[in-house]
Amino acid sequence: MTAYVVRRLWQLIPTLLGVVLLIFFLFNWVGGDPAQVLAGKISNQEQIDNIRKQLGVDQPYWKQLLIFCKQIVTGDFGRSWSTNEEVSHIFVTRIGPTLTIILPLQFLETVICIFLGLGVAYVRGSVLDRGVMLACTVAMSISFLVYIIVGQWLFGFLLGWFPVQGWSDSYWKNVVLYTPLPVFLALLVSIAPTLRLYRSFFLDEINQDYVRTARAKGLPERTVMFKHVLRNAMIPILTNVAIALPGLMIGTFLLEKFFSIPGLGREVITAVERSDFPVIKAITIYLAVFTMLLNLTVDVMYKWVDPRVEFK
Amino acid sequence: MSAVIEAPIPQEQHDAGGPWRAAFRRLRGDRVGMLCLFVVAAYLLMVLLAATGLIARDWDREVGVSYANPEFLAGKENLEAAASRNLGARQTAPPVDLSDIDPLAPYYKELDERTAKIKITETPRSDTLPFGGDKWGKDVIKKTIKGAEISIFVGFAASLLATFLGTVFGAFSGYYGGKINDFFEWVYNVFTSIPYILLILTFAAVFGKGVLTVIMILGITGWTGIYRLMRAEYLKHREREYVRAADAIGASDARRMFVHILPNVSHVVLVQLSQYVVQFIKAEVILSFLGFGVPVEMVSWGTMLAEAQNELVIGKWWQLAAATASMAVLVTAFSLLTDSLRDALDPKLKAVA
Repeated sequence: MTAYVVRRLWQLIPTLLGVVLLIFFLFNWVGGDPAQVLAGKISNQEQIDNIRKQLGVDQPYWKQLLIFCKQIVTGDFGRSWSTNEEVSHIFVTRIGPTLTIILPLQFLETVICIFLGLGVAYVRGSVLDRGVMLACTVAMSISFLVYIIVGQWLFGFLLGWFPVQGWSDSYWKNVVLYTPLPVFLALLVSIAPTLRLYRSFFLDEINQDYVRTARAKGLPERTVMFKHVLRNAMIPILTNVAIALPGLMIGTFLLEKFFSIPGLGREVITAVERSDFPVIKAITIYLAVFTMLLNLTVDVMYKWVDPRVEFK
Repeated sequence: MSAVIEAPIPQEQHDAGGPWRAAFRRLRGDRVGMLCLFVVAAYLLMVLLAATGLIARDWDREVGVSYANPEFLAGKENLEAAASRNLGARQTAPPVDLSDIDPLAPYYKELDERTAKIKITETPRSDTLPFGGDKWGKDVIKKTIKGAEISIFVGFAASLLATFLGTVFGAFSGYYGGKINDFFEWVYNVFTSIPYILLILTFAAVFGKGVLTVIMILGITGWTGIYRLMRAEYLKHREREYVRAADAIGASDARRMFVHILPNVSHVVLVQLSQYVVQFIKAEVILSFLGFGVPVEMVSWGTMLAEAQNELVIGKWWQLAAATASMAVLVTAFSLLTDSLRDALDPKLKAVA
């Protein structure tokens, strides 16, 4: 077990190096001269040279790469180019609101989809099953944007059930007042594809021999579905949840933008709009590391869900 | 999509038992699939007509009053439209006399004379348009058609690029194995360790905006899915007897990869391609909405939705409805067509459903 984890961590190094190289290539080579962006339209050569010196872009490429690596290791990416806020401070303060949105979202989505998925898988092939699947396809064809635009207008503006947008410093106020509408709208969007996926996971299990055996033994249907089928389908479900998490950290950017939630996703959008390279670089690198570690954690968790799994 | 499947029917009569023909026969038996194929073909025809300028050429002409009502709502109260109609009347109202402090006052006469020489043809603006107008009084239907052209073009071009990259990378990786495989696996791991949306936004940050840029961004970031599939297929196929036979008669590696193996795995490519189209159309809409997509002078479903966000609050729902409905119909048809294609091209897979 320890040997397995150590070996997997060892294997992460070339991938991480690749991510660093990719980001470095994009921002220091493709991205053009940041000094031109920073100095603005009215600038003289001296100003540009000064900024280049401050940023270190007048150094040869290998030295810039070393600076970049140092930034990653120390976590000190300097300051944002547009707001002069410490990048590390941006990271620490923005992650809270994002988690406040995505944790309830991911939890509710998983639970709802497990129950609905088990349900439609149980009545597979029936009119209900086909109707739900068709509804999912149609629901998936409408852009996320439309859900947010219409939802915000309908529930926030017209009916006034929720505030149209906003955020506060109090955690409970956020949870009770500001998160329900974005989370509800995100659920409307994410349930359809997830339900389709979970249904296929359950269908894979439902046709297995052990299910027939369980039924032949005379076990009640509830035990068969929740104990036998569900536990076996938990492996792909768990993988799916873990794969979705890092994407969600940024994936809620539309929600955060529309509802003025000061989270990571909105920060990325703003950074892209303002060519605020240090912020994007930092968020990309750390989310990549997070993704890799999360994948490793999931692989270890397989053992916990399914004791038959052997580490190779 | 339709062209690929339909083409063999009239021309290759001798090829009666060909796999594509058999696949098309299976597809024809699938009523939902055929309906979707028809819908998608209709959209493609529309895109073609719009691209050649036969329809919706004058989409950006301001033919109606601002936020003109749709024809079926002709009598509905519309404050914004009324305001834009009265714009001329309000300007002629007697202004406050500022002539002693206005620095431009001595020049007004000369300026008026000059303006009088320029002929302005005031086009009559209609109060209603077939499906309403936008803020500038552009016809929403024409705008939707033009927007569809851009969105669908971007979706198709980006998926062709992603499919091309993924297929070539996957072919090399699976066919050669060894060091080449290690290299491509490394690149794959790097690309997939960054969350997909973040990857797109990162690329958007450095590449700027524009139609070609969006295509490139989506293509370069999107190849990983098909790469995985193609690598697995090539791993499997390179050991098959027909490939060994090709080797024995002296076919080169490139010939074995792309002339012998590729046609045998092309159904995977086709299904993945059509999945990409849906995915990339959605992505383009979001990118354009955020302002990282098509430039300002062009219209796509995404920019229409961006305008619609503010229009909805003042009760002008038609642009939102037009963009949403046209996109939803296409995406639904395309998704269902993808499922039908998968069933038709790979009957073995059907057992799963």
